[in-house]
Amino acid sequence: MSIVFAADAAPASAPGNPWLNIGIFALFVAITMVIVFRASRNNKTASDYYAAGRSFTGGQNGAAIAGDYLSAASFLGIVGAIAITGYDGFMYSIGFLVAWLVALLLVAELLRNTGKFTMADVLSFRLKQTPVRVAAAITTLVVCFFYLLAQMAGAGGLVSLLLGIGDTLGQSLVITVVGALMILYVLIGGMKGTTWVQIIKAVLLIAGAAVMTVWVLAMHGFDFSALLEKAAVVAENPAILDPGLKYGVSDISKVDFISLGLALVLGTAALPHVLMRFYTVPTAKEARKSVVWAIWLIGIFYVFTLVLGYGAAALVGPAVIAAAPGGANSAAPLLANALGGPLLLGLISAIAFATILAVVAGLTITAAASFAHDIYASVVKKGKPAAGAEVKVARRTVVVIGVIAIIGGIGANGQNVAFLVALAFAVAASANLPTIVYSLYWKRFTTKGALWSMYGGLASAIILIAFSPVVSGSETSMLKTDAIDFAWFPLSNPGIVSIPLAFFLGWLGTVLDKGTEDPAKEAEMEVRALTGIGAEGAAQH
Amino acid sequence: MGNDAPGAATTPDVDYRAVQQSDRFQQLKKRHRGFVFPVLVACLAWYFAYVLLAMFAHDFMSTPVFGHVNVAMLLGIAQIITTFAVTTWYVSFANRRLDPIAGEIRESVAAGSATTPEEVNR
Repeated sequence: MSIVFAADAAPASAPGNPWLNIGIFALFVAITMVIVFRASRNNKTASDYYAAGRSFTGGQNGAAIAGDYLSAASFLGIVGAIAITGYDGFMYSIGFLVAWLVALLLVAELLRNTGKFTMADVLSFRLKQTPVRVAAAITTLVVCFFYLLAQMAGAGGLVSLLLGIGDTLGQSLVITVVGALMILYVLIGGMKGTTWVQIIKAVLLIAGAAVMTVWVLAMHGFDFSALLEKAAVVAENPAILDPGLKYGVSDISKVDFISLGLALVLGTAALPHVLMRFYTVPTAKEARKSVVWAIWLIGIFYVFTLVLGYGAAALVGPAVIAAAPGGANSAAPLLANALGGPLLLGLISAIAFATILAVVAGLTITAAASFAHDIYASVVKKGKPAAGAEVKVARRTVVVIGVIAIIGGIGANGQNVAFLVALAFAVAASANLPTIVYSLYWKRFTTKGALWSMYGGLASAIILIAFSPVVSGSETSMLKTDAIDFAWFPLSNPGIVSIPLAFFLGWLGTVLDKGTEDPAKEAEMEVRALTGIGAEGAAQH
Repeated sequence: MGNDAPGAATTPDVDYRAVQQSDRFQQLKKRHRGFVFPVLVACLAWYFAYVLLAMFAHDFMSTPVFGHVNVAMLLGIAQIITTFAVTTWYVSFANRRLDPIAGEIRESVAAGSATTPEEVNR
């Protein structure tokens, strides 16, 4: 029982040894930096920088997708959510996983066949280039920004736990360091370096979670039911095993969960940084393979989170987790501490930290590619930028986005990570998914429909979030006071309103559009999407 | 390649409209949509049935099945298993029923056009 006592004693200050944690983390940064340097030697063209020369295999890219997707939200957020809110936390996992079927069945291969670097390539293929491209670039940047906020907020929480840095200034400093490291990775490594960091991190994360899962189960005689029983006893609440602990309290909260579920399941196939990963493989068949790999890795990982979440509830206790610095986000590190002491805590935390770093790097390169390729090269320079200028602009954009992410991250510090990511999913599903689906599957779809859907979906999602309980009206909102209350929209996730609205606007805009699009382009897109004719293959070096 | 022009680097010598109207292509399109649409609708229906049960059928979901493992846990695991199963099913379908036709169309286009894009044959 000494393990439980150790956990009980730990939470008041930073558990483990801060210097050990920093040491393990520094080792990870050093190793990945070397790999990024080696991987980046062939970065010459835009295709190299954004799409890693399309040289990755399906398996490698699948691991990188899993790495991108299993962000701090999945690891820290879901384990924490299960430990504290029980079964409702697990429902995040299910939504995040089932969502991949939309990506696999509807989007991945067709997108790989028609695009080059960015989501906008596909959306503007048969519609009017400039307005559609600009709209797609804007939605890409906004989604990446929301996702970045979540990751940076996770970094702040994790650091406060690990290094015992409780004050805002110290945490802000660490967020700045994370941001600076991320800028360095992306500047040097481009997509290839970023992808290798993702692969390494995915392997470490899944292996780490597997070890902890087996450990937790072994402590309970490999009897999952016994683990659940202990979790319910320690939590002093048997309802932790049933759905509804968090979202079942009222009709509004139930609708809120349905809204969340909709955003989760439809958001994945519209996340720009996930879509961009499909371009790093040479063929559509490899894109398919990478999604299959990703689904298996992600699915198995989410089974682990179920055990880890209830393990944290049983071995650490929800009350202890909630009171710890970093709150719910600290459940996984605290569980590591309860299992293997400071060394395992240091290892798991370094992995979680690496997760944040890698995901932030992936988001940054997506946003930079979108700006440099869609806005600078295609719109400003009319598709004819000077040689090398596009990559130069992309690199500068990386620095700008890095700085914005640092500032935003300091602002979002302390917010629940899984929840912030869910907002990014809602914005992606509203602003991007209808246009992606329509332009791949609806012949008649026009530019007006695309613009109405993208801007309408984006605006409605953002406006509803701004007037939701997330931003104002309570102590736990972003404004952190109940004195200011302009939350007239009752749900915390806008998906149930903004996603159908965006689909409707796409239809309405198209029906009302007097003009028609070029039928030759439509034919070309459909043929290329399904057969892969003319798709850009691997770069030759 | 270097800095590329936006979006579609067109291969102008391919008559895409003729390909689009060909029987083979229509067959490919029909097979693809005939699989992905119904399967996806079924998967989403199954997912939302699960979400609605979790929110509105609390007693049913909390029924213990063995030990402390309740219906909700089993249905959650079932969601994961069906996701794996559908993934495997789609891959086998695409390998058997879609890829051969797509390859056939690519080859006939490559044979019929003046310049063969080198990516096509890989």
